[in-house]
Amino acid sequence: MIKVVLPANLQTLAGTGRTVELRVEGPATQRAVLDALEARYPALLGTVRDAKTKKRRPMIRFFACEEDLSDESPDAALPEEVSTGREPFLIIGAIAGG
Amino acid sequence: MSKVRVLVGTRKGAFVLSSDASRKSWKVEGPHFAGWEIYHVKGSPADPDRLYASQSSSWFGQVMHQSNDGGKTWETVNNQFVYDGEPGTHRWYDGSPHPWEFKRVWHLEPSLDDPDHVYAGVEDAALFESKDGGKSWAELPGLREHRTAPDWAPGAGGMCLHTIVIDPKDNDRLYVAISSAGAFRSDDAGKSWRPINKGLHSNYIPDPDAEVGHCVHRIAMHPTRPNVLFMQKHWDVLRTDDGGENWHEISGNLPTDFGFVIDVNANDPDTVYVVPITSDSLHFVPEGKLRVFRSRTGGDDWEALSKGLPQKDCYVNVLRDAMAVDTLDPSGIYFGTSGGQVYASPDGGDTWSAIVRDLPAVLSVETQTLP
Repeated sequence: MIKVVLPANLQTLAGTGRTVELRVEGPATQRAVLDALEARYPALLGTVRDAKTKKRRPMIRFFACEEDLSDESPDAALPEEVSTGREPFLIIGAIAGG
Repeated sequence: MSKVRVLVGTRKGAFVLSSDASRKSWKVEGPHFAGWEIYHVKGSPADPDRLYASQSSSWFGQVMHQSNDGGKTWETVNNQFVYDGEPGTHRWYDGSPHPWEFKRVWHLEPSLDDPDHVYAGVEDAALFESKDGGKSWAELPGLREHRTAPDWAPGAGGMCLHTIVIDPKDNDRLYVAISSAGAFRSDDAGKSWRPINKGLHSNYIPDPDAEVGHCVHRIAMHPTRPNVLFMQKHWDVLRTDDGGENWHEISGNLPTDFGFVIDVNANDPDTVYVVPITSDSLHFVPEGKLRVFRSRTGGDDWEALSKGLPQKDCYVNVLRDAMAVDTLDPSGIYFGTSGGQVYASPDGGDTWSAIVRDLPAVLSVETQTLP
């Protein structure tokens, strides 16, 4: 299971806690994780990435294992620590005002 | 005994305020959608338990919800607002062409007779509708494709379609207002539109009497007299008696005719309310006094209403969607401020008190009068 940490507003929207666990079929990539997240919580569709183009929204960042993975290819493999559930995949609202 | 529900959208969540018809004691529920900017919450006239809410966030985009139990529980509905065809460009602040881009839903206007039918006014300015309770949204492109649209430009708050008024005697007649393009009317349920800005005079545009380009802030109608509309423009308060064909100024003795809100007493179509704001650069009430101004003559003659409102050191703003009236007799008048207060008057404006004082900045106020 892959652990995904959500920012507070998305926790409210999805009606869930800070961390959600997702089963991802096939290679663990950003795209696969976000597909699984949106399938499990349809309320999040369009809030992390554009619903149509699937591009990351400008003020959203993806962190894992103390690295900023935001600009990595959505189809690149995530670190093994993430794919094995030892480290979470963090979805972060950029620090930009109050 | 009748009840009143007040739906409040704020910068950090929605609140539902409720009272019996005495409107003296209020229950405050919320925040719903804590942390989200709530541009608007509005109930269906056909089914008061059906509410629609627009949440917006610079980080997470647009989210839409509906409730079927008067706001106790909410479900997410479709948040995809896709312009019809290639949307083209409008004018940017510097006059250059700028692509039409969806940013947020400013205003929701449920149809008068079908709870599943709702209009949405969005930024960049366009009108959408849903006929399935928000499961899907389709643009009514005739407005955005109007021949004048490439010349529309945003106001300070963005190029938003913020006002939608449905004629209760002819539901095919719709009015909208756009900052800063002006007012428009459709007589065919939104298929085609024409500007209705004759009589508006705006010194901040090259031709003060232009067909479009006016920063209309709000339009209000009394349901028994749909050809009469009242308008709070960027500067000037105006009135039309012929469905927008011609407007004339009714600012009269107002201390300033800049402002955002305007509304009409539910029991008297000639009793109109505004909250004057100092100026376009000073978005707070004049002289440190929070006053609603009431005209009982359909404009021109205005009286200050201040009993129960702060009259010293008050520097709040009242935004365009943040005033509403209930339909009891006497009609209740409500407004919310940038300071987080929601004020109510149960007697048509004679006396005021705060229902709640310390909410996040208020963006919108709507009422429902329930049996």
